[in-house]
Amino acid sequence: MVTIPALAQVAQVGLDLEGSFELAMRSLGLSPGAAHLLWLPLPMVLVLVAAVVGVLVNVWLERKISAAVQQRIGPEYAGALGVLQPMADGMKLLFKEDVIPARADGLLFTLGPVLVLVPVILSWLVVPFGQNLLISNVGIGIFLWIALSSIQPIGLLMSGYASNNKYSLLGGLRAAAQSISYEIPLALAVLAVVMMSNSLSTVDIVNQQSGAGILSWNIWRQPVGFVIFWICALAECERLPFDLPEAEEELVAGYQTEYSGMKFALFYLGSYINLVLSALLVSVLYLGGWGFPVPVEWLAGWLGQSVDAPLVQLITASVGIVMTVLKAYLLVFFAILLRWTVPRVRIDQLLDLGWKFLLPIALVNLLVTASLKLAFPMAFGG
Amino acid sequence: MTIASTTQLICFVVLSATLVLGSLGVVLLPNIVYSAFLLGGVFLSVAGLYLMLNASFVAAAQVLVYVGAVNVLILFAIMLVNKKETLQAIPGLALRRVLSGAVCAGLFALLIRVAFTTPWPLPGPEPVGEDATIRIGEHLFSDYLLPFELASVLLLIAMIGAIVLARRDVISSDIATGDPVDQGLIEKARTPLLLDRTPR
Repeated sequence: MVTIPALAQVAQVGLDLEGSFELAMRSLGLSPGAAHLLWLPLPMVLVLVAAVVGVLVNVWLERKISAAVQQRIGPEYAGALGVLQPMADGMKLLFKEDVIPARADGLLFTLGPVLVLVPVILSWLVVPFGQNLLISNVGIGIFLWIALSSIQPIGLLMSGYASNNKYSLLGGLRAAAQSISYEIPLALAVLAVVMMSNSLSTVDIVNQQSGAGILSWNIWRQPVGFVIFWICALAECERLPFDLPEAEEELVAGYQTEYSGMKFALFYLGSYINLVLSALLVSVLYLGGWGFPVPVEWLAGWLGQSVDAPLVQLITASVGIVMTVLKAYLLVFFAILLRWTVPRVRIDQLLDLGWKFLLPIALVNLLVTASLKLAFPMAFGG
Repeated sequence: MTIASTTQLICFVVLSATLVLGSLGVVLLPNIVYSAFLLGGVFLSVAGLYLMLNASFVAAAQVLVYVGAVNVLILFAIMLVNKKETLQAIPGLALRRVLSGAVCAGLFALLIRVAFTTPWPLPGPEPVGEDATIRIGEHLFSDYLLPFELASVLLLIAMIGAIVLARRDVISSDIATGDPVDQGLIEKARTPLLLDRTPR
């Protein structure tokens, strides 16, 4: 019967999971410090699991949607509708022999995939699923993601160099060039959003879009920025039409050529986690994050419920998580459709698009946003 | 000692150790590719130290600029021209090493002395935390405006210099024949007239 007052307290302070967890632990006789220590790894493990499950779903979607695009059936025997196929893929990679080529640089060869994966997972730190449902509401928020994603090309260059293979080296160099070129328009597009919400924090960015439901989402105020961000995010994830670093017809598999087993799985995991992460961030920056198309406060008001009631809070939080994931997977769906419909660009076209088209457009978008913000501070976050 | 201060101490020791060992590796390793990768590690641990000083924006900017741009470009340049060649022996290499080692040791002693004689105001000022970004912006556009603008002018000069060095139309005569080159041809893409050494 300890839990009922604890629950009542939870209802008073809103959905404070950390507080209620520590309260429950302390009621079991732990010191506050120990309770905090027990709490610390929980959200991280949860987000890690969410990221990996997101990848499994993503792989299954990729297989099924590509099959539908090509009028095939796709995986169907591993589980109902082939839902266990990604698990089978993972198992296969897990049991494969881990080969390090004889003339390769063993240390760098091993370190490369790790350096590719770790920044991507670290970036999940700032992805919000609700008002308090994120690991850390750090003040530099979205800037942390931009900074972390710039570490990735080092890992790619490292694995390309260490493989001692000309295709790998070319793939690594291409990946670095592509990532540097598209980081700048990406950062400028983010900057325009940040300028409107006066904050780098992802929670503030979502809250700034939550005024009037779907009408106040940033996509209506930043349509150009949305397109720039989406193109750049696809290029950063090395998805078709921008998958030049691993273009099969030219480079075998680019920097992944010499990799097998779990090291290859790290690249695979990294690229899919990055895709889910980019989709989540597009939904945070432009599609209102966890916001429902009609504000939940209005709905609660129409139904005559108080927003602070425990049940309403619970429903709001669940709707928030569902909306975030739904928006992200809608974008993932578009990314997969794009992959199977659009042909690959050439390397010179890729760099031309990045430097000569997206960069000037992103700068103009930033300037227009700044002037609109000065002219209409009401609509553009004065 | 609380958990927070213990964690801070461990982080500080680990970061400082990677910083010192990494920078020694950057200077002393014979393989230039290893040096470049270690440089990235050094930049990252500097970012970690900034983070421990409650300067998260500076830390992220350090990662973005130094690791993401400078170090990647260094690696890029090394890998584009990574040709295996045996370097010629420089005369008096041992003496040069001793001399540069002595200069470095002198500088180190000087810095140590400065660190110990300066009356550091301890504890330092209150950390501003999340407001740091706003404060940095205010400073950049008020009392640090001139250095900020000078830095951008410097970058512009470097960029124009790089373009001038990389452009090919500074060559006004054909390399093989010595005839003056029609400058109109150079602007046309994919006209390999300039550097074609085959005799006509």
